[in-house]
Amino acid sequence: MTDQIVAFTYLSIVASVAGLATILVRSPVHSALSLVVVVFHVAGMFVLLGNGFLAAVQVIVYAGAIVVLFLFTMMLLDLRRHETERTVHRRQIWLAIPIAVLLFAEVAWIAISKPETSENLKGAFPPQTIDELGGSAQALATVMFTDYLLPFEVASVLLLAAAIGAMVLARNPDEESLASPPDMIEDAAGTDESSEQSERELSETPATHG
Amino acid sequence: MVDGWDVLILVIKALAIFIIVPLAPLVFVLAERKILGRIQSRIGPNRVGPWGLLQTLADGIKLGAKEDFIPPAGDRVVFWLAPLFMVVPAAMAWAVIPIGPEVEIGRKIGLWVTDLNVAILYILALGSVAVYGPVMAGWSSNSKYALFGSLRSTAQVISYEITMGVAVLGVLVYTGSFSLVDIVEKQKDMWFAVPQILGLFVFFVSGIAETNRAPFDLPEAETEIVAGYHVEYSGMRFAMFFLAEYANMFLVSALAVILFFGGWHGWTIPGIEGLTSVLWFMLKTLALMFVYFWLRATLPRLRYDQLMAFCWKFLLPLGIVNLLITAVLRLGWS
Repeated sequence: MTDQIVAFTYLSIVASVAGLATILVRSPVHSALSLVVVVFHVAGMFVLLGNGFLAAVQVIVYAGAIVVLFLFTMMLLDLRRHETERTVHRRQIWLAIPIAVLLFAEVAWIAISKPETSENLKGAFPPQTIDELGGSAQALATVMFTDYLLPFEVASVLLLAAAIGAMVLARNPDEESLASPPDMIEDAAGTDESSEQSERELSETPATHG
Repeated sequence: MVDGWDVLILVIKALAIFIIVPLAPLVFVLAERKILGRIQSRIGPNRVGPWGLLQTLADGIKLGAKEDFIPPAGDRVVFWLAPLFMVVPAAMAWAVIPIGPEVEIGRKIGLWVTDLNVAILYILALGSVAVYGPVMAGWSSNSKYALFGSLRSTAQVISYEITMGVAVLGVLVYTGSFSLVDIVEKQKDMWFAVPQILGLFVFFVSGIAETNRAPFDLPEAETEIVAGYHVEYSGMRFAMFFLAEYANMFLVSALAVILFFGGWHGWTIPGIEGLTSVLWFMLKTLALMFVYFWLRATLPRLRYDQLMAFCWKFLLPLGIVNLLITAVLRLGWS
């Protein structure tokens, strides 16, 4: 048990510090990299809870796809010159502080409430049940493809719609005829033309001189 | 239940990984240069040591003695961290790679560090972490060529990660398990390369793209962007990128053997089954490494738009068709 507490202390301290760094650091790239640290330590907490599947998915989805795309965009836009500006969203503060206080109060209430309440919070899938089902992936799949099949399908249709929408928006209507990028044949034709031209110029030059 | 011997065995296994993974590239680099030499009708390195055997060691000493240059306008910390993000995941992944069956030396010892029940996802997660190496290196170098390299690398690795995942799904549908040990055990009678021939193709091509190897080595295409994301690196830090590339090739080859070529299964000699199994595993892995070198010597580099179109318009549909066929066959059996 003590080693679990040590691991949890380490994970939560690093995750909190990195989380603060994510919002306080000036450079957007450093901020995104701090977010990666947060993602990793949250994944570590899933491992501590005995759910390796969620830990792996957490890293694949958040660290492997979402934050990488953040970084990709930042590199494309070259956000470096915005580093010195410190933006404060005044209206957000009035909304953010009450929400933060409310969330903190909720967590604190769960933490200090009666032990029998926190027993109930373990839900329908304590570690023994997960082991009986053959692992965390099996347990998740069992629930997802039976009780929550409809929400799961709705979510996937939503994601599909978003993907198609992105493709439609990204497509430039003027380039309909250029559905495939100019291939090697056209390039080769282009260079041939120019070389012919230069040859013609070359052959004409002495003529004008003559 | 867990005694001192178990701990000792675990420590020995972990140490073996940390010794073999950095040292194996020394052999592979020489092998690649020799094989490329043969394919291109030249001799290859033959000056340092007998048959050029010490060439890589000499290169290592040279790199170690070089100045460790950090671009003054770059970002020091990120620049320093980037090579680690390449090497560490490549080494960590070996924790779940089974190189042989359970052997009996006084007690039962599995020839793997840990038989994780989400091993495949663990490796895919580490693969998605490895993309931070090129991204951080390219950005922190404050150089346009490096930035181009890392932009290319990001788009390439994210795209080919998807096709690799789809290819792996086919195998998972067959086995119903994420554990690599289970996957190898299920191939006792037939390699998955037979029913999963399309999956194997998609997996191996994605593997080449994921490791940034020719003909998909656009992030470091020397004729276009000098050396891509590691253009500003020198000395040991450059050596770490080099090492990570070969370690990743070794990893992808081993993974392909486990998923499609029956892992350690093969004809065994009675009495020393454990040893022959490991030899089979190594032999298959090295054969796939040879395919890597062979492709590099044979194929020209693709153009960037060709690379992306190939992934999204050909490889991904192929992977999905494979998954569909596999699922139908699987349902038909059960």
